[in-house]
Amino acid sequence: MTTSETNSMINGIQRRRARDRWTLRRTVIVCVGLLVALGLVVLGASLIGSQRLPVAGSVCALFTRGTCGLTPEQHAILLTIRLPRIWLGVTVGASLAAAGASYQALLRNPLAEPYLLGVSNGAAVGTMLALVFFTSFAWSRPVFAFAGALGATLVVYRIARGRAGASPERMILSGVIVTTFLSSVIVFVTALMDATRIRSFTFWLLGDLSGGSSEATLVAGIVAIFGTILLVLNARSLNLLMLGERDAFDLGVEVGRVRLAVFVVASLLIGTSVASSGSVGYVGLVVPHMVRLAFGSDNRLVIPASALAGGLFVVLADTVARTLISPRELPVGAITALLGAPLFIFLLRRGRVN
Amino acid sequence: MLEARDIGVRYGDRWAVHGVSLRVEPGQIVAIAGPNGAGKTSLLRALNAAVETDTGSVLVDQRPLKSYSRRDIARRLSVVAQEAELRFPVTVLEFVLGGRYAWSTIGAWGWETEEDVAAATDAMQDCELTEFADRLMNELSGGERQRAVLARALATGATNLLLDEPTANLDLAHQATVLRLVRNRCNNQKVAAVVVTHDLNLAAEFGDAILLMKDGEMVSFGPPFEVFTPEILSGVFGIEVLVDLHPISGAPRITPVHRSWASVS
Repeated sequence: MTTSETNSMINGIQRRRARDRWTLRRTVIVCVGLLVALGLVVLGASLIGSQRLPVAGSVCALFTRGTCGLTPEQHAILLTIRLPRIWLGVTVGASLAAAGASYQALLRNPLAEPYLLGVSNGAAVGTMLALVFFTSFAWSRPVFAFAGALGATLVVYRIARGRAGASPERMILSGVIVTTFLSSVIVFVTALMDATRIRSFTFWLLGDLSGGSSEATLVAGIVAIFGTILLVLNARSLNLLMLGERDAFDLGVEVGRVRLAVFVVASLLIGTSVASSGSVGYVGLVVPHMVRLAFGSDNRLVIPASALAGGLFVVLADTVARTLISPRELPVGAITALLGAPLFIFLLRRGRVN
Repeated sequence: MLEARDIGVRYGDRWAVHGVSLRVEPGQIVAIAGPNGAGKTSLLRALNAAVETDTGSVLVDQRPLKSYSRRDIARRLSVVAQEAELRFPVTVLEFVLGGRYAWSTIGAWGWETEEDVAAATDAMQDCELTEFADRLMNELSGGERQRAVLARALATGATNLLLDEPTANLDLAHQATVLRLVRNRCNNQKVAAVVVTHDLNLAAEFGDAILLMKDGEMVSFGPPFEVFTPEILSGVFGIEVLVDLHPISGAPRITPVHRSWASVS
């Protein structure tokens, strides 16, 4: 064997080694980076608000739970008002972004989104029914929201599924039909409510993080973590489904099982997040797009990175919502839509050029 | 090895495939030909368990297809379908690595191993795609994309290949390239291949055996010389054909004879 042959062989082996760990290492690097960024944003967001808190004392209080020279009022603002709200924001953002990324891959549609598919409205109707009829049962909101989300998903899928399977276009169309139908159901249920609740209810519908109880935040947090893990476990299958259902089947994907798993888990994520904070729009659409633009389309990276970036995005948006016209507050959904819609138009135009 | 015994596929009360049997030995290419709607693709999909068979059975490596799990089938049978529209940016290497899905170690989860990457790089080399590895699929030309689809199928390491119109949308040069690649795999790695094609001349050149179908039924099954006769072909396609020998390959060469020619000459 000549030297050049040996060299090219060694190069080949090295290249293979480099690519072997390429996705795993990259995923870990990206996720750790996003986790650090998320930590910094959580820290920053807990200091900023209608009342500015001292940096050193707050950091100390966040880590030790002690008073750290804060007044009792400042201590209460930090730990019982701001921090739970921020955690809820992280949770909701992570749930919506991970669910959105999975829907897009599963339905082979970069525009698929919990709202567009009627899933969020299904969860909203479920939550409302729980609010109106089952107020005494603490778990009724997330359970009904999950049932509503899953119900809407299955109805949309059933309507969309023709003889040749559900085409992405048909899916979105039936999503729009279900969305508008559920919107009118929401209007009817709202009419049944007493006038004092309607204002807070309208806020909630637009996406509002101020109403979350610590119990609801805990439930949503646990669901977000396990749900994201379950979606990541299906990520390699989604990589193939993303390229075509028939191809995925041919290559060994149990299409029906994966589809059911993703539908159920994503409905659970969307249901719990809607139950605790209403419909925060555009997160599931914009965040996975940004992640794909930055890091490529491998779902083993896109889903966990979207979850982290989604949490980051919602906390940032909520900080703006809390401070923009402080001491009054805006619903966070208004801010995400305000940031998300132009960004989405930009992405659409960019896509057309490509 | 791939064997089908008395396969029947029914859509409603219409038989798309009826009573078809075939056998593909390792190293062999069987070409399925016939007019539109003859049931060629339905037969191919039945061989892969993508459509349910109403009668008969398919044997893969001497075991019934129904006894395998989905992933086991994918390890033994690999399909080259007509390319689907890609809606997400994926690099050629990522695309070809998709062929290794069925070999994933932890259920359907995990990252590609060194072995997976080696299989993908080999397949890309065979399909002359090595320099495209990090390019995006939607930046490639139609011919390059079709080669990537073939590379993904080869990367599965399956010893049975099913190809559905692999040369549709390809120009003259690339049609032969793709089939020569399949031929090499069959010769070197004892792969059994089934090719559905409309191109009778390519079928004659690359097929060891031809399965000619019409209205879901098998008209003839045998070596190209026995199947591609003017009598059988005009019976199946309903037009007059001229069959002579290809001056270089020696395979039968089929030329349709249009009635208008008679008046010109």
